[in-house]
Amino acid sequence: MTDDVDRNRRHFLTVATAVTGGAGLIAATIPFVASMKPSARAQALGAPVEVPVGMLEPGEMIRVMWRGKLVYVVRRTEEMLSRLASVTEHLRDPDSEVVEQQPEFAVNEYRSLKPEYLVLEGSCTHLGCAPLPEFQVGPADDWQGGFFCPCHGSRFDLAGRVYKSVPAPTNLRVPPYRFLREDLIMIGAESGAA
Amino acid sequence: MARVESEVGTRSGAFMKWIDDRFPFTETMKYHITEYYASKNFNWWYIFGVLAMVVLVIQILTGIFLTMNYKPSATEAFASVEYIMRDVQWGWLIRYMHSTGASFFFIVVYLHMFRAMLYGSYQKPRELIWIIGMLIFFALFAEAFAGYLLPWGQMSYWGAQVIISLAGAIPFVGDALVEWIRGDYAISDITLNRFFAFHVILIPLALAGLVFLHIVALHHVGSNNPDGVDIKKKKGPDGVPLDGVAFHPYHTTKDLVGIAVFLMLFTGVVFFAPDMGGFFLEHANFEPANMMATPEHIAPVWYFTPFYAILRAVPDKLWGAILMAGSVLLPAFLPWLDRSRVKSIRYRGWIYKMALMLFAISFVTLGWLGLQPAEGIYVMMARVFSVIYFAFFLLMPYYTTIDKTKPVPDRVVYHG
Repeated sequence: MTDDVDRNRRHFLTVATAVTGGAGLIAATIPFVASMKPSARAQALGAPVEVPVGMLEPGEMIRVMWRGKLVYVVRRTEEMLSRLASVTEHLRDPDSEVVEQQPEFAVNEYRSLKPEYLVLEGSCTHLGCAPLPEFQVGPADDWQGGFFCPCHGSRFDLAGRVYKSVPAPTNLRVPPYRFLREDLIMIGAESGAA
Repeated sequence: MARVESEVGTRSGAFMKWIDDRFPFTETMKYHITEYYASKNFNWWYIFGVLAMVVLVIQILTGIFLTMNYKPSATEAFASVEYIMRDVQWGWLIRYMHSTGASFFFIVVYLHMFRAMLYGSYQKPRELIWIIGMLIFFALFAEAFAGYLLPWGQMSYWGAQVIISLAGAIPFVGDALVEWIRGDYAISDITLNRFFAFHVILIPLALAGLVFLHIVALHHVGSNNPDGVDIKKKKGPDGVPLDGVAFHPYHTTKDLVGIAVFLMLFTGVVFFAPDMGGFFLEHANFEPANMMATPEHIAPVWYFTPFYAILRAVPDKLWGAILMAGSVLLPAFLPWLDRSRVKSIRYRGWIYKMALMLFAISFVTLGWLGLQPAEGIYVMMARVFSVIYFAFFLLMPYYTTIDKTKPVPDRVVYHG
């Protein structure tokens, strides 16, 4: 009997069956893997949000949610802005050269559309804790004010720029946003209406 | 035992024969229980495998009853846990058994692993038992991590935030991977819902399968012993190892004593110190998750802290993640890192004894450091002990080669 077996044919059929079946199995995993990505509802809830900033006192910060993420809006004083230049030598990326961390409009010394208003994602670029606002000039380490992450000790300046030798690799992220009016910010879109 | 066969002809014997003709019942019982011979000189280090099985059963049973009242939704989860604690009859007991069981699982498994390091249980021919055991350990990590998100407290939320963000350290695909794991742009109801699925279906199924494989592999090669000698080399005329005694009734009876002592300790914690001063149930987790504010002081539960301390010791995101993953994975390579000719610490030289002691000290100290704030002296200490931790594994091929070993006896011996 074995002499009648066409081994080449058998080998071809085995490989063809395995490859076709394997391809089918891989294709079948696609819907399962994709089902774990953000759903249509989750994406819809990620729509832009409007934030009135007129009531912010100079030096004050508010926390808002956009796409389930924490966003900080800070109204910086002239004095706070003047401190930005004094810390640049201690920063990892003082000129915002890492492109993913901000929209193009925020690549400037204030990392914002208008120097006065700072808009940042309140998520440490190390492991996602919410950095604490510590805006006062501190007694320790020549602290010039900024954000301090309580989880792993990362530090950022008053424009969300990361200091050297802390675990966070990059500056705090600036979300896309634009001014609808002088006192109204829309977070989540650089252009268009909400 | 021959007892069952001798009863063929009686009514129960006939029934067993009917079964055995259709299912290998008697054969399996003999192979794994009544005629599985393990060394007669086991010491108390050998109780932890059985205890791990006991805890697994406790976790599965209490877990089933918890799911009857728990709601895996961001708006209801925290309240449903409170409901279990206050309104469900005996709910507090079932939940405290489950939360205490999680910590005891790790206590027992860490000691079980240390036993293997003491007596070289991972060495040839038991490498696969060790590898399967490491897979169980990883599954246990995933199970504990997923379970910790479910109460939806402050520490649940921010702990998950930190650990999931770790995947974001992977170059190129990191951010997409994090979004895929969460199923949302932040940890949300969606994330909670799928972690519930992982915690109650996916990982327990994997764990059960892996434990089965662990035992099949163990019973194929036979158990090691505190002398690290192969008891199968010296057999009596009946083919039974001279130094072996049957798992049942000898080891099972002895194990019952161990289980009783274990349950005393376990219930003691369940009744009198279920939060163990914040070690087993962290205080920050008695507050519902708040996406707007990270707790002042964030630390994982104690069983993750040695690896967490290594993560924090590195002032770089990617390298921190790599070294932490490395510290978890490295033990899996022990069978090939250890070049010693002897298994048991009883016949090893002073170098391995010292190395193992330094390793144990660094592991416990890292565990303590992981609970401290990441600043000043604590970070420096974490760096020093991380170096010792890695050196133990990476230098092992060298120091186990030059270490002077003592001659191993032919048969097991009793000490004291």
